[in-house]
Amino acid sequence: MSISREDVEYVAALARLELTEQETQEYTEQLNSILGYAAMLEKLDTSDVVPTAHAVPLHNVLREDQVKPSINHDKALRNAPDGEEGFFRVPKISLT
Amino acid sequence: MESVTIGKSVSELHELLLHKEISSTELTKAYIDRIKSVDPALQAYLTVLEEEALAQAADVDEKISQGQALKPLEGIPMALKDNMCTEGIRTSCASKMLENFYPPYNATVTERLRAAGTILLGKLNMDEFAMGSSTENSYFAKTRNPWNLECVPGGSSGGSAVAVAGDEAAFTLGSDTGGSIRQPAAFCGVVGMKPTYGAVSRLGLIAFASSLDQIGPFTKTVRDNALVMNAIAGHDPLDSTSVPIEAPDYTKFLVNDIKGLKIGIPREYFGAGIDPEVAKGIQAGIQTLIDLGAEVAECSLPHTEYAIPAYYLIATAEASSNLARYDGVRYGYRADADDVLGMFKKTRAEGFGQEVKRRIMLGTYALSSGYYDAYYLKAQKVRTLIKQDFDKAFEKFDVLLSPTAPTSAFKFGEKSADPLAMYLSDITTVPINLAGIPAISIPAGFVNGLPIGMQLMGKAFGEGSLYRVAYTFEQNTNYHTLKPNLSREVLTGGSR
Repeated sequence: MSISREDVEYVAALARLELTEQETQEYTEQLNSILGYAAMLEKLDTSDVVPTAHAVPLHNVLREDQVKPSINHDKALRNAPDGEEGFFRVPKISLT
Repeated sequence: MESVTIGKSVSELHELLLHKEISSTELTKAYIDRIKSVDPALQAYLTVLEEEALAQAADVDEKISQGQALKPLEGIPMALKDNMCTEGIRTSCASKMLENFYPPYNATVTERLRAAGTILLGKLNMDEFAMGSSTENSYFAKTRNPWNLECVPGGSSGGSAVAVAGDEAAFTLGSDTGGSIRQPAAFCGVVGMKPTYGAVSRLGLIAFASSLDQIGPFTKTVRDNALVMNAIAGHDPLDSTSVPIEAPDYTKFLVNDIKGLKIGIPREYFGAGIDPEVAKGIQAGIQTLIDLGAEVAECSLPHTEYAIPAYYLIATAEASSNLARYDGVRYGYRADADDVLGMFKKTRAEGFGQEVKRRIMLGTYALSSGYYDAYYLKAQKVRTLIKQDFDKAFEKFDVLLSPTAPTSAFKFGEKSADPLAMYLSDITTVPINLAGIPAISIPAGFVNGLPIGMQLMGKAFGEGSLYRVAYTFEQNTNYHTLKPNLSREVLTGGSR
């Protein structure tokens, strides 16, 4: 299973990453090398193996709902690159 | 006053504070002076909190003068890896993305260490978003190995290891997703513990791979390590993956006796890729443990070779999802663009470094439609097999033992050009994270003047057995007492 330049461009779009020409080339090579190595996993028959998502599985961790104060607007917005009157401001959202 | 701190363990410093031979203010000043003199060369710190630390120390001294009881870590200066949130104190993850991020809350470990009365000296360098094995991926600084300034300190918690090895803090915390505590501890000749997954709260630890990340202590001695674990371990209702069991008093496992303890030596951890000199050093350590009465036998963890691909698929898949939050909207770096989608793409292109982007790409690919079963699901199934290997071994053995890393510290640039070569050097550490079990690295000798580490692996929540073996080994060897030469000549001559 080899990865084409188009695959890399497609994945970059999914990951919301703008890549330079050089990065596109490098990542195509490097992902091929890394996934080529990962192909060794195919050698293992795992048809009867249950996947592990967490090593120490905990299920349905529940608690009573409690009303507590949350952080205020000023604090929440302190790290925002662009904020105003209690809102996060973003550039225009265009439908393309 | 500098001489007072050099080489002293947390428990020794506690005695000095207790008997009023030194004040916390004097101690904190000594560490600040030490940082000023060695850190321009070592570059372990990204942020030093001189004023804040001295104010905290003054509070502790006030308590002491009132005759209040002194907790084991009270008044002790320490530092945190820069991926643990500190309220109002920059937490950068060594990334341009978070260059100006000031968390609105504290990580649970930050809170617990504050409650324990420790003094926060500052925040420590790391590989960007904890992705790396050499700390070379930091956006800000190149941390140097105190034992040889031309060598990397390991990673990703390179700053945490160097701060302890270079006596720039009495102890530090790091995080370990695939070896990021143990490997730098080995490279720098200090003690580093990766606890069982779920033993220490991850609340406020900036996420890399959530099913693998775990916080743990770097210390000079095994006793110190247990003392720090006492302060940070235990259930946290705010982290739903924190395991709801009561943490033990870890110091009660510090006995100088391993008679009859069963130690397994997994042969796969001594195979191809392991420097023969490192293997020899660890063999000598094994002999020491046999002489002390341990029952040692070889064993097998047959799926070890599959751990690297399984780890790098799972860790990058989780990372690609976790790092989706960096979109330039609520916090972090933002690049200008005409529309919001362009802003996301440019922000992430400019805010993340090469290794982070590479891993996001790999993880996004592994999770993408059509490849999910072949890569991500397959890796999760292999994770089960790796975990079963350990379960089986622990039916026969109390503890497993291996080298912490295949080599001693390598030179800057030696592996940074080839990502796969860098990934392969994690073979002895990543299986432990996949299995969720605890492992500790302790100083076990030197190869070419650089420290090597012995890794002890235990059952889930078996940190006690690890501390028992580690303590016994430490009490019968002198590696932990040896110090790197950080004379002025070395610091000015060896750098740059």
